[in-house]
Amino acid sequence: MPIPSPFHPRTAALMESHEWRDWSGYLAASLYEPIHDREYYAIRSTAALIDVSPLFKYEIHGPDAERLVNRLITRDAARCAVGQVLYTPWCDDDGKVIDDGTVTRLAPDRFRITAADPNLAWFQDCAWGMQVGIRDVSADLAALALQGPNARVILKYALQGIDLEGLKYYRAAPARLGEISLYVSRTGYTGDLGYELWVAPEHALRLWDALIEQGEGYGLTPAGMLALDLARIEAGLVLIQIDYISTRYALIEEQKSSPFEIGLGWAVDLKKKDFVGKRPLQAEQARGSPWRLVGVEVDWNSLENIYAQFNLTPRLAGRASRAAVPVYLGGEQIGQMTSHAFSPLLKKYLGIASIKSQHARYGARVSVEVTVEYTRQKAQATLVALPFYNPSRKRA
Amino acid sequence: MHAASHKKFDVIVIGGGHNGLVNAAYLAQTGKKVLLLEKRHVLGGASVTEEIFPGFKYTVFSYVVSLFRPEIIRDLNLTQHGLMILPLESTLTPLPDGRYLYRGPDHFENYRNIAMFSRRDADAYEDYSREMYFMAKAVKYILGVIPPHPTSLHPQELRGLLGMAQHFLGLPAEQFNTLVRLMTMSSADFLARWFESEPLLGTLSASGIIGTFLGPRSPGTAYVLLHHYMGEIDGAFRAWGFAKGGTGGIAGTIASAARSLGVHIRSSAQVSQVIVKDGKATGVALADGEEIYARVVVSSLDPYHTFLKLVDPNQLPPEVVADVERYVYRGSSGKVNLALDAAPELACLSGPGAHLRGAISISPSIDYIEKAYDDAKYGDFSRRPYIDMIIPSMIDPDMAPPGKHVMSCFVQYAPYHLSQGSWDEKREAFGDAVVDTLAEYIPNLKDIILHRQVLTPLDIERTTGLSQGNIFQGELSLSQLFFLRPAAGLAQYRTPLRNYYQCGSATHPGGGITGAPGRLAALEILKDW
Repeated sequence: MPIPSPFHPRTAALMESHEWRDWSGYLAASLYEPIHDREYYAIRSTAALIDVSPLFKYEIHGPDAERLVNRLITRDAARCAVGQVLYTPWCDDDGKVIDDGTVTRLAPDRFRITAADPNLAWFQDCAWGMQVGIRDVSADLAALALQGPNARVILKYALQGIDLEGLKYYRAAPARLGEISLYVSRTGYTGDLGYELWVAPEHALRLWDALIEQGEGYGLTPAGMLALDLARIEAGLVLIQIDYISTRYALIEEQKSSPFEIGLGWAVDLKKKDFVGKRPLQAEQARGSPWRLVGVEVDWNSLENIYAQFNLTPRLAGRASRAAVPVYLGGEQIGQMTSHAFSPLLKKYLGIASIKSQHARYGARVSVEVTVEYTRQKAQATLVALPFYNPSRKRA
Repeated sequence: MHAASHKKFDVIVIGGGHNGLVNAAYLAQTGKKVLLLEKRHVLGGASVTEEIFPGFKYTVFSYVVSLFRPEIIRDLNLTQHGLMILPLESTLTPLPDGRYLYRGPDHFENYRNIAMFSRRDADAYEDYSREMYFMAKAVKYILGVIPPHPTSLHPQELRGLLGMAQHFLGLPAEQFNTLVRLMTMSSADFLARWFESEPLLGTLSASGIIGTFLGPRSPGTAYVLLHHYMGEIDGAFRAWGFAKGGTGGIAGTIASAARSLGVHIRSSAQVSQVIVKDGKATGVALADGEEIYARVVVSSLDPYHTFLKLVDPNQLPPEVVADVERYVYRGSSGKVNLALDAAPELACLSGPGAHLRGAISISPSIDYIEKAYDDAKYGDFSRRPYIDMIIPSMIDPDMAPPGKHVMSCFVQYAPYHLSQGSWDEKREAFGDAVVDTLAEYIPNLKDIILHRQVLTPLDIERTTGLSQGNIFQGELSLSQLFFLRPAAGLAQYRTPLRNYYQCGSATHPGGGITGAPGRLAALEILKDW
């Protein structure tokens, strides 16, 4: 049975829909209200407060901390300054992705890694012979994501001891809420202006209350996983076990992916010294990867025409779908759309897809499977670059 | 001398309302050099957001969106330019006796709430919604087509007519009958086929009178009801919405998209005349005497301005002039915008809640609205008007300082022609009638008003140029729709003068923030290019 997160007393009190889900063993709200629209729009128009405590968190410290992190991840930890955050995948010996997450340099000899799945054993195995301590701090840190255009102004009023104007995208800094210390990173999973707040669980409710109080005049709205899922698809951010499968769960080789294949090629630094998976990744880069991650934009007229054949107007679920559907070029299946949704903001039906590299050209006209009245149909679509939505405030 | 006048433009669009902007953007997208001229200092026409009182942003005239065409959002990438339409998903009808009818996004909550007034209505609501889905679907097709010329024998026109005939005759008999009822009945009679409870009848019938000088018992209002229902099926995603930043936010994003496509926009530039040579428009003259030439001139203004003011009516066939003179405006609504020091407290449902983020409708019964119409019929504003109220700052907190609010009240009836006195004398009395009416339902209202803006039809006309203050550039009555909008022979965006076009709400498919006339006009103009 899933257990409550440190914010549960507050989130449970808001829970009108009674739709909880299991996120890494914790009770996570799918949505608070009967429909998730307002929670979604809060992310894009005001600010949303999302309990992300179930993330796995690890701290690596000691003289060899940088060496270990650099061995694990595909980006160069030596170039990660104190107070900087890297989003990165990490791979197995074959250069296939185990997980993806953020690496924050808390001090010259101390890093914190967030992960979607348990990674302690892997980190320990990789640390063999190094002078480091590795701690699973998952339960020691409650986490809140504050995401949306008003996130900064709310934090400015709620927190002390931090220069939020100076805190750039993918930077982190300590802050205070009265006498409580916490850590703030300018990160998130929405592709919008946003922050993630890391605090000891015993102070979780104080933090929640302070943010809700300060956020009242700024439209701050607690949001669940459904709203987050829509936002991350618009932002073109991959989800483990949905858009790619971790090597730890893959049952056959074909299910595994390299970072190049899941849109994270930019995060592979082949110039840095040896790291786990480097040689196979070098070879793959030279050879070319079989798959590529792209965006799919379904042609609305085509969708309307398909529904019209059944004398219907398009009726799409308001929720994002994680049921993969085939992508075709002519009669040939060239890949699959693994996450897809109607974007309320862009008024488009969009998806994140893995496409065979030789077909993965932006602008290419393809078709995707849609099911209308129990029959499988093909809707016209175009391959496009990710992300679909990238407001300038995200980095500003 | 302005830099712009030295350039040669392909197109000049007169009027920077949302349709003018959409039209300009679509034409620029095909590579045309477009100049848009707006007489006011601010773009948007009737879709403007203005900080009339410091710190408080008023959606001065129009305030909600339902039919804005999603294809325009996609074609012009309006989301990248900042367009965001936030859901407005509930309607609260407070009653004088302290009860209320609340309809929101939760299906069974609505069922329970309607059942408090009539269990039968709660069941019928489902059937009604389904029937209206079919109706909206049947009529939606029309929104996207150029009206065919019903008496022309041109093959293309005949094809259009045939397609339309097939479309409507292909409907199942039951739906076809409902459609004919919609076209002919009053909204009160139409709704009585399903419902019996006063607050539901009152609130639903109110959609049938918006922007018309008719009461819920006047035949023809059922169609207007459908016009407002159309948004419901548009992709089945969002019926009614509030644009972030107010309706000026929509105009702002279209203007931003238009500029990025190369449209040259000049505000505070009033066009006094369209220059016509040998039956052909060649440019415009501004109020300050400046002349600018272009191959095509498009007017987004209403027919009074387009045909009778901007050009010399003598250049037009007399029957066209007669038709345009007969075109009915009859502005019937006013607007009251309030800046509030705190959140309004409703007598029927105190405290904060989802009901404050939706529409609040003062429409307790059909009788109530019909009585409001009685005042107007004889040339007075309604003493107890129908009010469609929203609190924009509850939906988009950026509209007012934290903890403070703005309130937007659409008020009907306020007839353009008063039988006694003038609007300049009666403006504040009208404002008082609105606030007094609202205060019956919101006891703390009078204590929290910081500023009040009262807009009569005369004010709407003076500021926006909309004749007689009609918010739709002319009534949305059946006699002024489709191939009769604005008049027979003028429905295809062309005018009797070559290279002179229309693209405003007085053209098909009519008023509201749809962008459809602007887009369809652009497509027609390009056909002639």
